[in-house]
Amino acid sequence: MAEGGGCQGHKAERMDYFLQQMINGLTLGGVYALVALGYTMVYGIIQLINFAHGEIFAAGGYLGVIFLSFLTANGFMETHPGLGIGLSLVLSMGYCAMLAMAVEKVAYKPLRQSSRLAVLLSALGMSIFLQNGLMLTQGVYDKAYPTEFTHGGFDLGAIRVSYMQIGILAVTAILLVALNALVFRTRMGKAMRATAQDKVMSALVGISANRVISLTFAIGACLAAAAGIMVGLYYGSVRYDMGFVPGIKAFAAAVLGGIGNITGAMVGGLIIGMVEIMAAAYLPMGGQYKDVFAFVILIGVLYFMPTGIMGENVDDTRV
Amino acid sequence: MTRGSRVWMLFALAMGWLFLLLWPLLGIHPDGSLTFAEAFSVWWKIALAALFGFVIHRLSRAGVFDVVTRPLSRLTQGVGRVYASSPKWMFLVPLLAFALTYPFFTDRYAQDVAVNVLVYICLGLGLNVVVGLCGLLDLGYIAFYGVGAYTYALLSIHYGLSFWLSLPVCAALAAVAGCLIGYPTLRMRGDYLAIVTLGFGEIVRIVINNWMSLTNGPNGILGIAPPSIIVPAMKDGVLVMETVVMRQLSYMYYIILGLAVFTVVAVRRLNFSRIGRAWEAIREDETAAELMGVNTFRFKLLAYAMGAVFGGLAGAFFAARMRFVSPESFTFIESAMVLAMVVLGGLGSIPGVILGALALVALPEVFRQFELYRMLVFGGVMAVMMLVRPEGLWPAARMGKRSDDEG
Repeated sequence: MAEGGGCQGHKAERMDYFLQQMINGLTLGGVYALVALGYTMVYGIIQLINFAHGEIFAAGGYLGVIFLSFLTANGFMETHPGLGIGLSLVLSMGYCAMLAMAVEKVAYKPLRQSSRLAVLLSALGMSIFLQNGLMLTQGVYDKAYPTEFTHGGFDLGAIRVSYMQIGILAVTAILLVALNALVFRTRMGKAMRATAQDKVMSALVGISANRVISLTFAIGACLAAAAGIMVGLYYGSVRYDMGFVPGIKAFAAAVLGGIGNITGAMVGGLIIGMVEIMAAAYLPMGGQYKDVFAFVILIGVLYFMPTGIMGENVDDTRV
Repeated sequence: MTRGSRVWMLFALAMGWLFLLLWPLLGIHPDGSLTFAEAFSVWWKIALAALFGFVIHRLSRAGVFDVVTRPLSRLTQGVGRVYASSPKWMFLVPLLAFALTYPFFTDRYAQDVAVNVLVYICLGLGLNVVVGLCGLLDLGYIAFYGVGAYTYALLSIHYGLSFWLSLPVCAALAAVAGCLIGYPTLRMRGDYLAIVTLGFGEIVRIVINNWMSLTNGPNGILGIAPPSIIVPAMKDGVLVMETVVMRQLSYMYYIILGLAVFTVVAVRRLNFSRIGRAWEAIREDETAAELMGVNTFRFKLLAYAMGAVFGGLAGAFFAARMRFVSPESFTFIESAMVLAMVVLGGLGSIPGVILGALALVALPEVFRQFELYRMLVFGGVMAVMMLVRPEGLWPAARMGKRSDDEG
């Protein structure tokens, strides 16, 4: 009996461990989903892998540090912590939207008629430019978030859930629902979908492609900025090159879900996040190789089902 | 509102936008204070430069500079015609003579820069085979450089194999790696290929970083033997074979010069061969090439393998020169750097790639005091080049014309 009990205890422990990893995976997956949406929407409309998107995500994280530190130093966070975080979130999202629109106008819009290679290289150049811009203005070293918000949590049985995780999941869910409503319920969303489907035809019915593209960049950047702040809060610090690897993983998520497909990007993000956490938890050496899994999934998906699990939604005619 | 004033309004709007983007990064401080001076001091410099560029652009569009540019463009055309009509050896011989005598009239620092330039020429030409000739965007090219470097490092440390014997092994292993990466990816669309090769490049780096037992992980491998040659020498009146270890930088310079010349000749021969024509056909129109009987998959794989070979050779040299390798040397930014050289110089153009390597390696040395801004400028230049001169500094000649000439 005693032995059996011990075995059961072991099992329960394993179950708890699994649930813990589930929550971690969900949190990470939510972040990837937010970033992946920016890639997938931009790719859906102008067929460009927006390399600078990872840097927008990093910029969001930095703006979060800047605003939160500023508010903390002024004592605002002690009196209105919730409002302070919300304000920082909204301001960073606005900033990143402006940044992404500027990048689009400067580096992508003049190249609409050029070859895909030219735009891709321009995007790569912008990515390097923005990364170094962040480094020059914010320094080479990690920048820490004010510590008050990164602590705290509660126990659910044997599982530890931090308030940050709950916050990330809640904000992610709200943003995803809002995005869905925007894209599928509003006139603006209809214009976006029309442009993604057929640029010439939508232009003929009076939809301004330039405006839709700007808007797409802005929305994608908002989501990325939110993801950047949440990652910064979750890990407690940001770094100028933090956007690169998550950016590629998020792109992998977008491809996995079917590029151009908004629901697909959300599902893909969750899958990539989950796989990464589970592989790190259960595979031997998984922790060291955790960055590899997203790439392996990406390569596997592109090889075996290039249109992703939810199907592609891309206009094949060039603007 | 007239068109002219509208343009100026837009310019003012753009500069205002720029200030709004700069200010939060520079003006909001963690101690809770707000300042405007830093953001403004950066802003007015950028704004002034932008204004200058903008005015020049407006004036040149209005035709103010035609007095200068018309004769200038006629002059460059004339120079181009003279260059095209005179035999190539007239330029190659002095160039080669300069390259061969270079270590005799330069110091250590200049030789070091030259070695760097030559390494990047090898890499750029290798990548040029993949991107420039075959039209496949490869963002993980540095992986082959890493494979070559680690192959020589391990062969030298564990088996004491000499540099010269390792070279073919490095090339072969890099080619195998190229095929391994190419095989699953080559059926993909262009921009997917880019992201997958990027992923492969990262995978190679992560594996090198974590495979402690083989590569010693992030600590790298120390004590790699420099190349040596055996020369006949007289010792006590007897002819003996003496081993000379080529530690000196000038020896290194000659080795990499040899490798670079080999690469130039090889890429040129490939370019003008049947294989090169197949590659360029694939680049221009893959479907048409397939219809004309080009086995596109095989030729694309070959392009990958050939490109990897040059990367592997350069990698072996890198390991021998530094006598130390670590995963840090093979990051994505290196791939981007090599790609930028190829693009800046001109896709598919050998002199273009050489020019690109010179511009991106030697020029930053001249502006050393701006070292910090190097990558910033580099990223910006990459984007701007695509805008103003997407064909590169020294564009490749058109293929169709060339095959007529040779026929």
